Amino acid sequence: MIKQLRKQDVIFLLLSLVIFAVFQFLMSERILTSFWRLNVTVICLNIILASSLNLINGVTGQFSLGHAGFMAIGAYVSAVCTMFFHLPFICSILAGAAAAGVLGFCIGTPTLRLQGDYLAIATLGMGEIIRICILNIPQVGGASGMSGIPTETTFPWLFGCMIVTLFVLKNIINSNQGRACLSVRENAIAAEAMGINTTAFKVFAFTVASMFAGLAGALFSHYFGIAHPSSFTFMRSFDIMTMVVLGGLGSLSGSIVGAVLLTFIAAAMQSYPEYRMIVYALLLIILMLYRPNGIFGDKELASVILSKWKKGGENDGTTAENK
Amino acid sequence: MEPLLKTSNLSKSFGGIKAVQDFNVYINSGELVGLIGPNGAGKTTAFNLLTGVYTPTTGNIEFNGHSLVGMKPYKITKQGIARTFQNIRLFDHLTVIDNVKIAYNYHIKYTLAEAILRVGRYGSEEEVVEKKAMELLEIFNLADKKDELAANLPYGQQRRLEIARALAAQPKLLLLDEPAAGMNPQETHELMEMISWIRKTFDLTILLIEHDMSLVMGICERIYVLEFGKILAQGIPDEIKSNTEVIKAYLGEEV
Amino acid sequence: MGDNLFLQFVQQLINGISLGSIYALIALGYTMVYGIMKLINFAHGDVYMVGAYVGFFAATTANLPFFPSIILAMLATGLGGVIIERLAYKPLRHHPKIAILTTAIGVSLFLEYTTMLLLTPQPRTFPPLLPNAIYHIGGLIISFQQIVILAVSVILMILLTYVVNHTKMGKAMRAVSYDPDAAQLMGINVDKTISFTFFVGSSLAGAAGVLVGIYYNSIEPLMGIMPGMKAFIAAVLGGIGIIPGAMAGGLILGVVEALISGFISSTFRDAAAFAILIIILLIKPTGLFGKNEHEKV
Repeated sequence: MIKQLRKQDVIFLLLSLVIFAVFQFLMSERILTSFWRLNVTVICLNIILASSLNLINGVTGQFSLGHAGFMAIGAYVSAVCTMFFHLPFICSILAGAAAAGVLGFCIGTPTLRLQGDYLAIATLGMGEIIRICILNIPQVGGASGMSGIPTETTFPWLFGCMIVTLFVLKNIINSNQGRACLSVRENAIAAEAMGINTTAFKVFAFTVASMFAGLAGALFSHYFGIAHPSSFTFMRSFDIMTMVVLGGLGSLSGSIVGAVLLTFIAAAMQSYPEYRMIVYALLLIILMLYRPNGIFGDKELASVILSKWKKGGENDGTTAENK
Repeated sequence: MEPLLKTSNLSKSFGGIKAVQDFNVYINSGELVGLIGPNGAGKTTAFNLLTGVYTPTTGNIEFNGHSLVGMKPYKITKQGIARTFQNIRLFDHLTVIDNVKIAYNYHIKYTLAEAILRVGRYGSEEEVVEKKAMELLEIFNLADKKDELAANLPYGQQRRLEIARALAAQPKLLLLDEPAAGMNPQETHELMEMISWIRKTFDLTILLIEHDMSLVMGICERIYVLEFGKILAQGIPDEIKSNTEVIKAYLGEEV
Repeated sequence: MGDNLFLQFVQQLINGISLGSIYALIALGYTMVYGIMKLINFAHGDVYMVGAYVGFFAATTANLPFFPSIILAMLATGLGGVIIERLAYKPLRHHPKIAILTTAIGVSLFLEYTTMLLLTPQPRTFPPLLPNAIYHIGGLIISFQQIVILAVSVILMILLTYVVNHTKMGKAMRAVSYDPDAAQLMGINVDKTISFTFFVGSSLAGAAGVLVGIYYNSIEPLMGIMPGMKAFIAAVLGGIGIIPGAMAGGLILGVVEALISGFISSTFRDAAAFAILIIILLIKPTGLFGKNEHEKV
């Protein structure tokens, strides 16, 4: 069994390497215009954000609307590390991620006692408080933000971080810890009765997700060279949540597709700025009305393909059991 | 010998209503005890007190030499008490086998890092869990359904899966809350045999709440009767059957 | 000096109450919709913005005075609320809550940016529908507008309380919010009741929009976001789903905000609102007027 799982991991990594090579080629040869290069970057960031939020909202079934706040922490802490303490890039982004993780733990511990909408609103409030606090720290630029951050986030860095995020999340979901998180989503009372410390696992999911949001924030500020409070409003949290819901709660492939799709829609409408948000809003409403469980539901792309293939095999009168 | 579970003067009130009052029971290791009583007598409340869902207003619960009062439900499970629910509480959108695997959670020792990198104890422990879970599913005739979602199982199989899941937590004491609810006589009969069988095989102590008299009288060694939150009578099935107080509680004053 | 401070305190209290009564009006819509559908209607703040614009055009293009303007705004937003519910929320009523919440966000963005497209993002100056009189009472400044805002809010709240507690529709609303399925079985038309709730809630927001337009003289397409958020906080503060709770919550929030901007700094005003929210959620998640409920095991 473990061999099979490891094989999956290797396939996953090889596949990502191929995708990376393709994009790296397209980018270095300047086949992609700078506009699309930017969008590929944004997609990578959004995948990190959406897939990590999915650990809270989809897998653990808690309802967080404060992801932008943790992203802000990552962005600012890493920027301070590079600019004030002259730490190397990798240390700065790790510091950003760690800071967001620690804060996620501190915030998650009291707030995750709340349920459903109450939690959503509390996390939204937390995210806004973080932002407003940053806004009031003159050392990091206050309302005008920080600028002149060294732009060290390159495409390989970004893609690498995204793959690490997806890899870690995938394997967490398929572990004992991940199963515990799923049980919290499914039925918290039964989970407790099965010996699962539901509070601890909620906090666990929240902390891990915050950490990755921090990572995304750190990459963000070192890509654009600026960190500005207005980049981290609750609108961004909504955006990330929309990607997760659109892709399908609990499905990592869904989060990826949601992130790609929404970024594309936003990019495609770039030349019609006045219609952009209206189309975006309408699409959101229509997609939800027709696929309320998201594009993938809670299934993964791989398993959807596999079951289709199996069904096809049965129809042909052959068995698909030859593993 | 000390009993495995002993409650003393256990009471719970909600607002002014005394749901359970002076609940004194003991269960010896290896016994199969029934808890019966009319609707609303406080049976499920008693279970919820034993499993930490509710904190008792007064009184004590002693299990295996430890007091359980004030302990969180998950800690009580770790002490060795597992339960099923009157209104089935499965992990609906997870597969049958994952439902069972989750109950092994606290027996699994590999760390998060091992899980992420899939090294160390991850492989061996996951294999053990898979094997044990399959064994349980086979016992409960659910092995061929292992990849189905729990929600898609028919009612009787859901009841069985819940018991399988509780057993996966490897309890000393198993609490069954109306396991035969909604079953036909044939299914009830099969369930009775299964309960007796798992008790022997897993060396369990069982406390069961039940409405179905034939089930309780058929397999329980000792019975407690609860009425209006108080224990009305206790004894072996034959004593209970002939107890006029109990008959009154069940059938009304006129009889 | 101490006297001065006290005067300043009372002055902020007055400002807070007029601001708070507007929050309360918006909060009522949130609370009613939540009570009946368990939905945080994120588009509610934008309905309030639409109300302000309808009032604006009623007063400028149609040259209507105060009362017809506000009534027109209330009718328009009420109708708008009913349409939003029918098109965007009703089909999702039995789906995961997060789906309907996402749609609500979609509706919110749609309203904001359609307004922006049709009416430009530029702020507009709201016509002075009310006389700009200011009264000095022992060192305190009270404007005529503040008095009207408070009076209109109070009248609307009294009306609402009457409707909910003493009419057949009010009874139906309470029944549906308690248990929609049971209400349906008892012969209550759930769809109609929900529509009515949206109508009332949205029209109150519309009224609030006009009042704010008059108070601050200026309206713009994104004006609904923050007050919408604050009103929601007010609703949670009082206990969401509870009508008197929303009124009290709105007033408390308004007063606290006024005091903080008066005595500390207005930059912390928004943070304070969120902080209140989190504190109340942690101490008493069901709000000041709420009862604790437990899931039955």
